[in-house]
Amino acid sequence: MQITQILFLIFAAIILGSAFKVVTTKKMIHAAFWLIVTLFGVAALYAMLNAGFMAMVQIVVYVGAITILFIFAIMLTRKELLDSAAPLNKNWTVAALFALLSFSGLFTLLNNWRGFANTAPELSADMDTITELGTALVTPNAYLLPFEVASVLLLAALIGAVYVANEAKSE
Amino acid sequence: MIPISWYLILAAALFSIGLFGVLARKNAVAILLGVELMLNAVNINLVTFWRYNAPETVTGQVFAIIVFAVAAAEVAVGLALIISIYRNRNTIVADDLDMMKW
Amino acid sequence: MEFWKDPINTIFASLLKSFTSGGMSEVLATILIWLIGILLFVTFAMVLDIFLVWIERKVVARFQDRLGPNRIGPFGIFQPFADIVKLLIKEDITPVGADVILFNLAPIFSMMSVLLLWAIMPFAPLMVGVDLNVGMLYLVAAGSIGTLSVIMAGWASNNKYATMGAFRTVAQMISYEIPMVAAILVITVLAGSMGAVGIVEAQEIPFIFYAPLTFIIFLISAIAELGRSPFDLNEAESEIVAGFHTEYTGMKFGLFYAGELLHSFTFGGFIALLFFGGHRFFGLEELGPIVGALIFIGKALFFYWVIMWVKYTVPRIRIDHMLAFNWKFLTPLAFILLMVTALVGRLFLESNWLVPALFLSNILIAWLTVEYLKSHARKEREKEEALKPSAQMTQH
Repeated sequence: MQITQILFLIFAAIILGSAFKVVTTKKMIHAAFWLIVTLFGVAALYAMLNAGFMAMVQIVVYVGAITILFIFAIMLTRKELLDSAAPLNKNWTVAALFALLSFSGLFTLLNNWRGFANTAPELSADMDTITELGTALVTPNAYLLPFEVASVLLLAALIGAVYVANEAKSE
Repeated sequence: MIPISWYLILAAALFSIGLFGVLARKNAVAILLGVELMLNAVNINLVTFWRYNAPETVTGQVFAIIVFAVAAAEVAVGLALIISIYRNRNTIVADDLDMMKW
Repeated sequence: MEFWKDPINTIFASLLKSFTSGGMSEVLATILIWLIGILLFVTFAMVLDIFLVWIERKVVARFQDRLGPNRIGPFGIFQPFADIVKLLIKEDITPVGADVILFNLAPIFSMMSVLLLWAIMPFAPLMVGVDLNVGMLYLVAAGSIGTLSVIMAGWASNNKYATMGAFRTVAQMISYEIPMVAAILVITVLAGSMGAVGIVEAQEIPFIFYAPLTFIIFLISAIAELGRSPFDLNEAESEIVAGFHTEYTGMKFGLFYAGELLHSFTFGGFIALLFFGGHRFFGLEELGPIVGALIFIGKALFFYWVIMWVKYTVPRIRIDHMLAFNWKFLTPLAFILLMVTALVGRLFLESNWLVPALFLSNILIAWLTVEYLKSHARKEREKEEALKPSAQMTQH
């Protein structure tokens, strides 16, 4: 066992364990905090994959913004929060079956793929991923259009969210 | 070195857990939490494929960044809808939202 | 002489030699030395924190025309130890109905978000924990862990004032993160790097001359991020008691308090790093990394003092003013500055006129902003005055 492999297994255990808690915990606020643990684990995986930028963006966007939004929403819908009823609906066995099916289906698909045991190629030492990423996002021949569309989507979502969540004052 | 299979199996498992959350949870906010798990699984896959198959181009990371933007938009609109529903119907249990069912 | 030029690596090499000579494997010895180094570094930060408490109390006393602590030790320098003993022997209360795990985790996270920042602080060229190429993004990410600790504390206390205080503080921290990121982006554009070491290296002339307005925006948003006056809304006693840490007693409160002070000092360090050339000081840093580190700490202390100066001079602002100030004024201004800096920087690339052009463009923007604010204030005032006579009429 190499040290990176041990690290990977630790992170994988953290991710899967906390993800399981996210979908089964009774208290919603705890589910949100377990989600934060999962997100930190995923950020650690990005760091292991030499994607430091992605790891930082993961923490800034997910932990700093998205989960805070979740926690706010959970607190604003407080009545359900104190609900001590079962967190899962009556079809949860079927749902578990579906989840198992999807996992085994994905596993079979991947197992038949010939590149399944590939290891990572060496990164050249002088490669600056961040600069390349930044250039790619603003080059017309690369990803300028998707980037702009994503910005417009965010703006539309912002306006839509404010409009929907805003209480109508003049009836 | 870690083979690519480890990452892919982890992502598949995370995706399945998220799917279970979406299908089985009662609370609408919890369903959105499940969607977040699924999106994260997708992102792990994208970054893994970038690292293992094409580290000289940054396509995988660009895709992952766009997934981030979509996730943020989805959460903002989804939670706004849930809060709006909570104001009008006083519940966020997904099974109780059956006004359209006749 | 080796030690003078590169202290950390010299100590590391000698320790490694003495460890491995006893038969320890090299990997284990390296990890062990790293752990010892981290422990010493964190201890240094915490010991510094004790003296920051003393400095804070002395300075606030001077601002308020008092003497401050002066009984224990010369100039009362051992007063913080007495404070610590007091905090330690206080009863550790967990409120009824509190969420015990989250309640105890929150102060730890609060301290952690500050100590994480010390990993990228470049005290001197060879005295830096790790030179991340995404250093400035790391700064923002650590800040979001701080936000998390606030909401944890507010939720877990099972107290409505704590929850409301947490809501306020989180709204403030998230809002002021945006102008702060924009200010950091201006620096990134100027330096061409997001790493702390790269930013210091790019500052032949300190960036304060390239971007004076950005400095002001960063200072304001840093103070808001720290939650110090005029943005100390969570401490509005008459409204919400003490905000998110209402229910904390003893050393748990102490961790929040110490975290806040260390955070101020750390941000003083980042202001020095981003705008005032880090460890550079008129060529004095050539003497060696230790001198550079001392210069850096001196600058950080100076900006710590500036933050205190603001804290004890400006009164607290109202919550709606706080949000309006950010969204209607600071954020647009920060984005305009970012665009202008990018444009002017591009036009005068590789030219000797870069610094004067950027400085003048900043002055121009400042003048336009002041003019706009004046006309806006006049309009508001006229609206008020137009309303006044009619209000009096209805009264009669």
